[in-house]
Amino acid sequence: MVILLAMMVGLMYAAGIYLVLRRSLVKLIIGLILLGNAANLLIFLIGGITRGEPPVIGEGEFTLGEIYADPLPQALILTAIVIGFGLQAFAMVLLEQEYREAGVTDLDSLKDEDTDDQ
Amino acid sequence: MTDHSILIPILIQLTTALLLLFMWNRIHLQRRASVIGNAIGLAYAIYLFQKVYHQGILVTQGGGWEAPYGITFAADLFSASMILIASASGLAVSIFAAGSMSKRRSMFVFFPIFHFLLMGIIGSFLAGDLFNLYVWFELIIIASFGLITFGGGKRQLEGALKYVTLNLLASILFITGIAFLYGLTGTLNMADLALKTAEVENKNLLTITALFFFVGLGIKTAVFPLYFWLPASYHTPLSAISAIFGGLLTKVGVYTMLRIFSLFFLPDPFVSNVITVVAIFTLIAGAMGAMIQNDLRKLFSWLIVCHIGFMIAGLGMYTTIAIAGAVFYLFHDIIVKTNLFMISGLIHRITGSFKLKKLGGFYAHYPSKTLLIAIPLFSLVGIPPLSGFWPKLLLINGGLDTGSYWLIASILVASFITLFAIGKVWIEVFWKKGATVTPKKHFVTFSELRYIHKVGFVLPIAALGAISLFLAFGAGWVYTVSEQIAQELMNPESYIEAILNQNN
Repeated sequence: MVILLAMMVGLMYAAGIYLVLRRSLVKLIIGLILLGNAANLLIFLIGGITRGEPPVIGEGEFTLGEIYADPLPQALILTAIVIGFGLQAFAMVLLEQEYREAGVTDLDSLKDEDTDDQ
Repeated sequence: MTDHSILIPILIQLTTALLLLFMWNRIHLQRRASVIGNAIGLAYAIYLFQKVYHQGILVTQGGGWEAPYGITFAADLFSASMILIASASGLAVSIFAAGSMSKRRSMFVFFPIFHFLLMGIIGSFLAGDLFNLYVWFELIIIASFGLITFGGGKRQLEGALKYVTLNLLASILFITGIAFLYGLTGTLNMADLALKTAEVENKNLLTITALFFFVGLGIKTAVFPLYFWLPASYHTPLSAISAIFGGLLTKVGVYTMLRIFSLFFLPDPFVSNVITVVAIFTLIAGAMGAMIQNDLRKLFSWLIVCHIGFMIAGLGMYTTIAIAGAVFYLFHDIIVKTNLFMISGLIHRITGSFKLKKLGGFYAHYPSKTLLIAIPLFSLVGIPPLSGFWPKLLLINGGLDTGSYWLIASILVASFITLFAIGKVWIEVFWKKGATVTPKKHFVTFSELRYIHKVGFVLPIAALGAISLFLAFGAGWVYTVSEQIAQELMNPESYIEAILNQNN
C-alpha cells in the first residue's frame, strides 16, 4: 500500500510539473491543482499509514493505545486542502478574467510588457 | 518568558481589517481608520521592541499546550525589530494610499485586504512553528493576489497571472519540504526541530529537504534563477500596492531564510556554496537588469532583485558579522524600497508618466521635493554616511574574514551598477530639460489635489526618509542591535531554551 501510494504521489508530481510546463492556461491550472493534491497526499503518506487504529482515547482510559494513527498529518492536510482550495479557486477566476480581458489561452502570447504603452 | 501580549500586533491588524469591512463604501472613514489602526500598530510595535530588547525572548503557546505540541509564537529581537520596521512602512503606505488613491479605485476593498496582508506579514515574523508559518505565508499570498489584481486592467492581469502561478508553485515546494521534514523528525516546532535535525542520520535527505525550502523560499524572495516573476509583475499595480510589495513581501522570504538556515538547517558546505553562488548571480543579474530599464518602476523592481543578493550573501558567508550585515541591510532595504515605489507614485502624479524618456526638469520645477527624493535614492546607493553604506561595509568585512572574494567583487560591482542606474534616474528625471508630458484625460495632476491629499503624498516619503537618515546616523546603535540579532541567530540555544523549557 505504501509503495503504491508513493508511486502515485510521484506520478502526480510528474504529471503536475508536465502540465505546468505546457503552454495552455487551462493545463497550467490543472497542473497546479495536481501538484497541490500530490503535496497533501505526500504529507499523509509520510505521517505513516496505520490501519484501523484511530487516535481516540477509549472509554475509561487516559492515554492512547499503543498503536494509533498520527493525528497531526491529518490536521495539516485538512488545513492545506482548505487553503489550497481557496487559492485554486482564485487562480481559476483569474484565468477566466484574463481570458475575457485579453482573449489569451496560450502562455506564449503573454508579452513582457516592454512595449511603450503609457 | 511566557507573554501572551506578543499576539497583540496580529490582533490590531485583524481588528482593523474587520472594522474596515464594516465601513464598506464609506471611503473617508476607511482611510482614517486604516491610518489610525496602523498608528496604533506602530506604537505597540515600538513598545514590544523595547520590551523584548530589555526582557529577552517572549513566548506564547497556542491553546496552552506545551512547546512541541502547541502552536508556538515567539518574539525574539529579530522578530520584534522586523515587526517594528514592517509596522513603520505599513503606516507610511497607509497614509500614502489614503492620499494617493482616487475615490473610484479605493471604493473597493483595498484597505481591508491591505490590513490582512500586514497581519500575515507580522504573523510570519512571530511564528515559531513551521506549519503555522506556512499558513501565514498563504494568508500573505492570498491577500497579495487580491491586491495585485486590484483595479483590473489587461497589463495588470498579465502580471498577476505570472505572480499567482509562481507563488502557488513556491507554496507547493514549501509544503513538500515540510512533509519531508515531518517524516524525518516527527515535529514541526522550529525550536524542537533544531534539536531533532541534529540527530537525523540521513544527512543527504536533510540537505535535499533544505534545498526544497531554499527553492520554495527562493521563489518568494526572488533570488537568481527564480526571480523572473518579480520584474514582470511589480510595476503593474498601483504605486501604493507596489510599495508594500516591494518593501515587505520579498523580505519575509529573507527573514525566513535567515531564521531556518541558522536554526535547524545548519548549512553544510554544499548548501553554503549553493547560497553563495545564488547570491553572486542575483547581485549581478539584478544589477544588469536594472541598468537597461527605461521605466521608473521596472528599474526599481530590478533593483529589488539585485539587493536581495546582499542579504543572501550574508547568509552565504555565515559569520556573525556577515549575518549582522544582512540583518542591517534588511532593515535599510525595507524602508528604502517602500519609499522608492511611493516616490515613483509621486513622480507619476506630478508628471503623468513613469517613462524616463518622457520625464525631466524635476529639479528645476520642484527643488524641495527633489531634495526629499534624494535621501532615499542616495541611501539606496550607499553613499557614506547614508544607510546603505554601513551594512555593505559589514558584508565586505565578513567577506574578507571568510575569504569569499567572489562575493566581495560581486557586491562591489552590484553597488556600482546601482549607482549607475540611480545616476541615470537622476539625470533623466531631475536634471534633463523638462519634457512636456500630455497626461491622459481625467488625470488629476498633483497641483490640482486638495491640500490634505498633497500631505498624504509627501508626508510618508519624508517620514521614511527620516527613518533612513536615522539608520544612517544612528548606525552605531543599529549595528549593536543587528549584531545582537546575529549572535542570537548563530547561537540559537537561548531561543530553543525559551520555547521548550518554560517553567515560569
